[in-house]
Amino acid sequence: MEIDPFIFRLSIFILSIFVGYYVVWSVTPSLHTPLMSVTNAISSVIIVGAIIAALSGSDGVVFSSSSIYGFLAIILAAVNIFGGFLVTQRMLAMYKKKKKDK
Amino acid sequence: MSANLSAILYLVSGVLFILALRGLSSPETSRQGNLFGIIGMVIAVTVTFLSVGNFSSGFIYVLIFLAIGGSIGAFIAYRIPMTAMPELVAGFHSLVGLAAVFVAISAFINPAAFNLGTPGNIKLASLIEMAIGAAVGAITFSGSVIAFLKLQGIMSGAPITFKGQHLLNALLLILIVILTIYLCSTQSSNLFWILIAVSFLIGFLIIIPIGGADMPVVISMLNSYSGWAAAGIGFTLENTALIITGALVGSSGAILSYIMCKGMNRSFFNVILGGFGATDQTTGGQSKEQRPVKSGNADDAAFLMKNASSVIIVPGYGMAVAQAQHALREMVDTLKKNDIKVSYAIHPVAGRMPGHMNVLLAEANVPYDEVFELEEINNDFANADVAFVIGANDVTNPVAKTDPQSPIYGMPVLDVEKCKSVLFVKRSLSPGYAGIDNDLFYKENTLMLFADAKKMTEDITKNL
Repeated sequence: MEIDPFIFRLSIFILSIFVGYYVVWSVTPSLHTPLMSVTNAISSVIIVGAIIAALSGSDGVVFSSSSIYGFLAIILAAVNIFGGFLVTQRMLAMYKKKKKDK
Repeated sequence: MSANLSAILYLVSGVLFILALRGLSSPETSRQGNLFGIIGMVIAVTVTFLSVGNFSSGFIYVLIFLAIGGSIGAFIAYRIPMTAMPELVAGFHSLVGLAAVFVAISAFINPAAFNLGTPGNIKLASLIEMAIGAAVGAITFSGSVIAFLKLQGIMSGAPITFKGQHLLNALLLILIVILTIYLCSTQSSNLFWILIAVSFLIGFLIIIPIGGADMPVVISMLNSYSGWAAAGIGFTLENTALIITGALVGSSGAILSYIMCKGMNRSFFNVILGGFGATDQTTGGQSKEQRPVKSGNADDAAFLMKNASSVIIVPGYGMAVAQAQHALREMVDTLKKNDIKVSYAIHPVAGRMPGHMNVLLAEANVPYDEVFELEEINNDFANADVAFVIGANDVTNPVAKTDPQSPIYGMPVLDVEKCKSVLFVKRSLSPGYAGIDNDLFYKENTLMLFADAKKMTEDITKNL
């Protein structure tokens, strides 16, 4: 009997939850705000769905009823990707050690 | 590009996202982590373009829209003040939520583009995944919008409660399940629209009863939801990168919510059911008798600090509101010149989001190795000469340790009262968010400094 590919995806999902659990517990509390902004940025990888949706129009028709939602989602996700990564970078650049280490 | 190759590359970008979070375990590795995240995103987007392989006029539009969104995002990222970070994150969550809804709608209208069947005849599993992605996305969107409005001060931070609220929410949740079941059997687009509308309503209803100081939990929770929404869409699109990321973000938000709840000694459900602070304010007024308070000015404060050998600073949300972090750093610089040891004590729920105070201090150029978490520093208060409380309140209240009747009893607090003397900067004697009086105000060794946090800090620096 063949295994439904859904089961493989479910396995990836469950294992990733565990990976996430251990990785996030090791994040230092002082970096919890950058953690939130970077998770925000990476969850915008949903843009891959938006791109597929936007390019789904048939030949010659760029804006169909379904591709319009894709284009809107591209804008939203792009705001998040650029905004999320850049603001995280800006924050992380501020975390400095004492100038003179004892 | 072959389906197998693109699947492997999506996996690579998922792994890079894991490394991005892993980097945050210390500030030194964090910048490299962020770079991994960016590379992962570039890979995911490029692979998508190559696997769709449609470089017609639509492709140009995709690039244009990408550029529009990207410039808006970059503009916001560079302009936003660090004190507004909670609002920004809430706003960004709403965008992820709405994007998930849009992708789900598009997949529902044109399932063929996603290999999910034909309209009216979508694969059952895909339909369920789509419905979950759309519902969670919609809840994330409207919930985050309310959180944003509350944080921004456009909407009052006070909890909005009404009779039958919880019953209504429960009924709506059941309605969503029923709608999903009917949607699966009928494939009706009307049901799909109703499902999304009801989800928007739920997101709105579950956030309005939650008060301003519970925002750290709310933001973390919405962070988690945005992850689950992404994972739901990931299953629909059969995309590994999206599934991995959704799971990572979902568990990250859940852990942060847990840490925040623990910081307040409250259960998650207690926070979610909301209304905290609204009911307690009436009972809080019972001890009306005036207790004596010692108040002082900047001169007194400067005198105390000059004669101290160690000072612990306790910042809170009030510091963010007064934008006092730079003035505070200048004061500390002056103290250090006088060979006074200074450290900072951060309570887990200080501010409006996890790690809020740390970012503000980092912005003011405070080295991160002078900043300590509650467990690391709590024993040091007994040996310190002066505690300088600036903009914090409930997190220093000794009542949490002594009075089992108090609504905040059992909450971990900073042992500020053990210091030889306590300087408490506050605008008035008004109770904090929990609506209860802070015993610390009336202690023998407490000196109240009634002023705006920024102005007081500047005045102290002048007097040092």
